[in-house]
Amino acid sequence: MTLNVLLAILVGGLFAMGIYLMLRRSIVKLIMGLALLGHGANLLIFTSGGLVRARAPLIEEGETIPSAPFADPLPQALILTAIVISFGVLAFMMVLVSRAYRAVGTDDTDEFTGTDH
Amino acid sequence: MTLLPVLPILIPLCTACLGMLFYRSLRLQQWVSLFGAGALLVVSILLLVIVHRDGMIAVHSGSWAAPFGITLVADLFGAIMVLLGAITAAAVVVYSIASVDSIRKQYLYHPLVHVLMAGVCGAFLTGDIFNLYVCFEVLLLSSFVLLALGSERGQLEGAIKYVTLNLFSSAVFLSAVGILYGAVGTLNMADLSLKVAQAAQEGRDGPLTVVAMMFMIAFGIKSAVFPLFFWLPASYHTPPFAVSALFAGLLTKVGVYAMIRVFTLIFTHDVGFTHSILLWVAALTMITGVLGAASQGEFRRILSFHIVSQIGYMILGLALFTPLAIAGSIFYIMHHIIVKANLFLVAGVAHLIRGTSDLGRPGIVGVYASAPIVALLFMIPAMSLAGVPPLSGFWAKLILLRAAVDERAFLYVAIALLVGIMTLFSMTKIWAEAFWKSPGESADNENSHDDAPPAKPPRTPFTMLAPIAAMALLTVLIGLGAQPVFELAQRVTDDLLTPSRYIHTVLGSPDAAPSGDAP
Repeated sequence: MTLNVLLAILVGGLFAMGIYLMLRRSIVKLIMGLALLGHGANLLIFTSGGLVRARAPLIEEGETIPSAPFADPLPQALILTAIVISFGVLAFMMVLVSRAYRAVGTDDTDEFTGTDH
Repeated sequence: MTLLPVLPILIPLCTACLGMLFYRSLRLQQWVSLFGAGALLVVSILLLVIVHRDGMIAVHSGSWAAPFGITLVADLFGAIMVLLGAITAAAVVVYSIASVDSIRKQYLYHPLVHVLMAGVCGAFLTGDIFNLYVCFEVLLLSSFVLLALGSERGQLEGAIKYVTLNLFSSAVFLSAVGILYGAVGTLNMADLSLKVAQAAQEGRDGPLTVVAMMFMIAFGIKSAVFPLFFWLPASYHTPPFAVSALFAGLLTKVGVYAMIRVFTLIFTHDVGFTHSILLWVAALTMITGVLGAASQGEFRRILSFHIVSQIGYMILGLALFTPLAIAGSIFYIMHHIIVKANLFLVAGVAHLIRGTSDLGRPGIVGVYASAPIVALLFMIPAMSLAGVPPLSGFWAKLILLRAAVDERAFLYVAIALLVGIMTLFSMTKIWAEAFWKSPGESADNENSHDDAPPAKPPRTPFTMLAPIAAMALLTVLIGLGAQPVFELAQRVTDDLLTPSRYIHTVLGSPDAAPSGDAP
């Protein structure tokens, strides 16, 4: 149970840091913020799927379902998918930010006003 | 035939892969792309006909029974949306032949359009909430690349805003999926519908309402509703016109689709709370969108703000939550995808003729004077958007207004009517400045041109005019044949408001329903 509470605090912290970094004016911090937000979401799935200590979801011989309590494998599959997606998105984002930095000449998002009028 | 719902996802994906193999030959890429778009169109018509005749189809991948396997469900709503998507994609692919430059095509423009379509069709057909997330990511990632392709300064700035807010929305969506799984232990949408209703009956609806709100925020960002729409007008006017048209027609509507799906199938346990928030959101979206448009002076930025205000109408139908209102929303979506994509395509032609999209600057020639056909082709979707009878937009608005009057929601009736008039104002502004005005009338500010324009406008290629004409014809047809379209919308509504049909199609008959309880 303590692990649940600790992870909840960690998830909250990651979300808070992510949003704080996204609110900063630097586009580099924007990427970091998005990455932290993604990690927060992944850990949230992990936590809300239910934590069980050291019980792999393996089915014993002669049984049809694993004996409870066991760690639910589905959240881990979801997280794996989400990690792969966020990895790709982040790689794209890095290139985009570096190109935007070169095009605009600054990393200050307040200067990104070319499309606002 | 059981594999039919897989094809709208598989065809664009295969087309994209095939297109990438012909990396070196633009001509071959183009033909593959045209063929793929055509095949998608044929398959989606077939899908709609079969679903209309025989009812919903559910496909379980690998024959893993729902709710354990990944399910694709083609119900009438999904099939209609896939068809609308396929029509837009076909129009855009034909339009791109002449309008998108060869450098973008060299960097895999055509395959990216098809990857986007795979994501869009997947989102319309999936029966699994996590797969919905995956499809969203597929379409988002390809839309990121399409938006930034070309790396002009405006595009990159727009792309940063677009990417950031959409990724934030994805993170919220993913968190909501996680909490939902933790609360009810399933991800299959049909099973979720049952489990959420059951949990709400047992009084465990606290976390569910929180999750419902998270979904509302996530889909709200994607569909660009009131406080969350700022990414849209900042980015939609920056890419090539074909890309703008594809985005304007489809991407926000995927968000609206997801919103309607989730708030009719899964989260109906506290309609009084969730849908009254939606009602306010709808009203504010309509107003802010149309006011934003009134203050703009660039062709595509005006149209972008109008996407926002039109989304408000669709959400209004969902928020009123009566059969007629939801039928109105469905009708509105059908009308809007065609009209909006078409308006962006016309904007491209007008830009080609005038040499600028800025309404404040005089063009090289007036569009009406040099190409009256193009002016007419703008008039049809523009008047339809504003809701002038007998075009499709009039019927869409009429149904929604009728539904609102039935609910005695007169405030919303007034807002919807006012926004309609304001839309007409914007369309008239574009008409007067871009189409009607000939440069002779404003010769005094002619010297504000920084580059010397060619004397004669370039001829508009046939491949740019044909899709516009076809979609304008479709708008007129929806307007003239409103009754059958409305009946279709009513059937969709009937299915949406009777979730048991969806549930039985996915999970089998009620007595044989497997229990998907998580231990």
